[in-house]
Amino acid sequence: MPETQQLNDLTTQVRRDIVRMVHKVNSGHPGGSLGCAEFFVALYNEIMELDTDFKMDGIGEDLFFLSNGHISPVFYSVLARRGYFPVEELNTFRLIDSRLQGHPTTHEGLPGVRIASGSLGQGMSVAIGAALAKKLNKDNHIVYSLHGDGELQEGQNWEAIMYAAGNKVDNLISTIDLNGQQIDGATNDVLPLGDLKQKFEAFGWDVMEIEKGNDLEAVIAGLKEAKSRTGKGKPVCILLHTVMGHGVDFMMGTHAWHGKAPNDEQLEKALAQNPETLGDY
Amino acid sequence: MKKYTYTEKIDTRSGFGAGLTELGRTNPNVVALCADLVGSLKMQDFINENPERFFQIGIAEANMMGIAAGLTIGGKIPFTGTFANFSTGRVYDQIRQSIAYSDKNVKICASHAGLTLGEDGATHQILEDIGLMKMLPGMTVINPCDFNQTKAATIAIAEHHGPVYLRFGRPAVPNFTPADQKFEIGKAVKINDGSDVTIIATGHLVWEAILAGEKLAEQGISADILDIHTIKPLDEEAILASVSKTGCVVTAEEHNFLGGLGESVARTLATNTPAPQEFVATQDTFGESGTPAQLMDKYGLNSEAIVKAVTKVLKRK
Repeated sequence: MPETQQLNDLTTQVRRDIVRMVHKVNSGHPGGSLGCAEFFVALYNEIMELDTDFKMDGIGEDLFFLSNGHISPVFYSVLARRGYFPVEELNTFRLIDSRLQGHPTTHEGLPGVRIASGSLGQGMSVAIGAALAKKLNKDNHIVYSLHGDGELQEGQNWEAIMYAAGNKVDNLISTIDLNGQQIDGATNDVLPLGDLKQKFEAFGWDVMEIEKGNDLEAVIAGLKEAKSRTGKGKPVCILLHTVMGHGVDFMMGTHAWHGKAPNDEQLEKALAQNPETLGDY
Repeated sequence: MKKYTYTEKIDTRSGFGAGLTELGRTNPNVVALCADLVGSLKMQDFINENPERFFQIGIAEANMMGIAAGLTIGGKIPFTGTFANFSTGRVYDQIRQSIAYSDKNVKICASHAGLTLGEDGATHQILEDIGLMKMLPGMTVINPCDFNQTKAATIAIAEHHGPVYLRFGRPAVPNFTPADQKFEIGKAVKINDGSDVTIIATGHLVWEAILAGEKLAEQGISADILDIHTIKPLDEEAILASVSKTGCVVTAEEHNFLGGLGESVARTLATNTPAPQEFVATQDTFGESGTPAQLMDKYGLNSEAIVKAVTKVLKRK
């Protein structure tokens, strides 16, 4: 197990990676990526049993599916720094002939990615399928998925939410990144999601909240708690309260940085707030 | 004209059901999913024998496609079952992103395709599905012609790695292909050797092409007839070999002329040896309620329409 300080250093470095990646190509989605840095670092370095010698079938390990594929910068950074592929490859994000497409894909063979995502609302169904396969294979590992809160406006999610509870898919932990923002504004202004805890519970899920989604220790504790709730007849939902853009003060808490890259000056400010820890790629 | 006979009329969806049942016995990785149409898709025998390998999804086709994609990740070979309309148009983006672009080994099995769905009418009669599916990179598209061929195709696609769209239908039609046939994906089946005109048919129209060939033979016209069960990848070699002999072609399908088999054949000819072609297909229209036979007559998808198209194309040679 890595020390907390090491993981905090990693989280800071991941934030540097994110802003540098989107700055270089002047495109991409820094807001949600920054907000989920703690979640990804915790999941891949403290929670999941995984094999960085990547095999698509994932038999005998925990699996993760990113449904809100636009936060690919945080996904790529954490995968690379966990050892799935060379960290230098982050340099190719969104460039021609890269394995690091704008949205994650299996198509270019990037280790660590098991499904394409980007067109929203599809990841929970895929995670359920993978969880069902684990049950058929008598593979006692867990399937994790992450979804944006705005993404829950897509109807397919609710088909999946109904199915997972109705069929006791209890080896599944689906996390909702509750940052309250989407492209056009606050989720409450664009299309209110209502009380998600009550909604998931009404569908038959075991729901828990991580109030401090940008506190690494709280996230680790919450994920461990979620893990302990699997195998009890219900799928587990984590409502992860995060701040969009967390760690870069001028990006925090606004939808403005959902899909916008910083300019040179803004990059310098962002990097100054996240000093180099493990070495830039 | 080679003589074709049949012992019974039976629906192609039952061929799918029989193939799936056999796969349940021979391939432990095959799993099946259905969106509340078990009876229509003839999946009950598979379910009875393999209850743990069947997933009833409910009326939620988008979720079904995603779950199928996920099941492949654990090494399973999922067969999804619903009507052709709900297998394609309703879930196009799910198939595109989670299955085709993600290169997932999902078999999308679609019944009640085309006008022969009958009385339910145009909301359920999709005539655009071949086009939708063949446009997806990496997707194999198969439309077998009778019970035996559908059963053989169902078994064959389990051995093929990659997404497949398997299209079949509701009505009882002549079962004339041999029960022990070897189904080769992407290989045309030669129905008749002829010299005056090529008839290329798929699905339910293959039997109509045989009837048309008999009528044409009475008029002294010799038809070279191909059963193209695989629309993608298309057996271009067989098509070009036939048309180089006959110099003209009629294509026949239970589908819109836009996006169907006919257009694929036309592209093959245009980029190799252009030849006159006539299309027996629906003419950019929706269907309507009626019996299958009435609809096929009204929309010109029968042997008479093929004979008429042959007469026309021969004049253009």
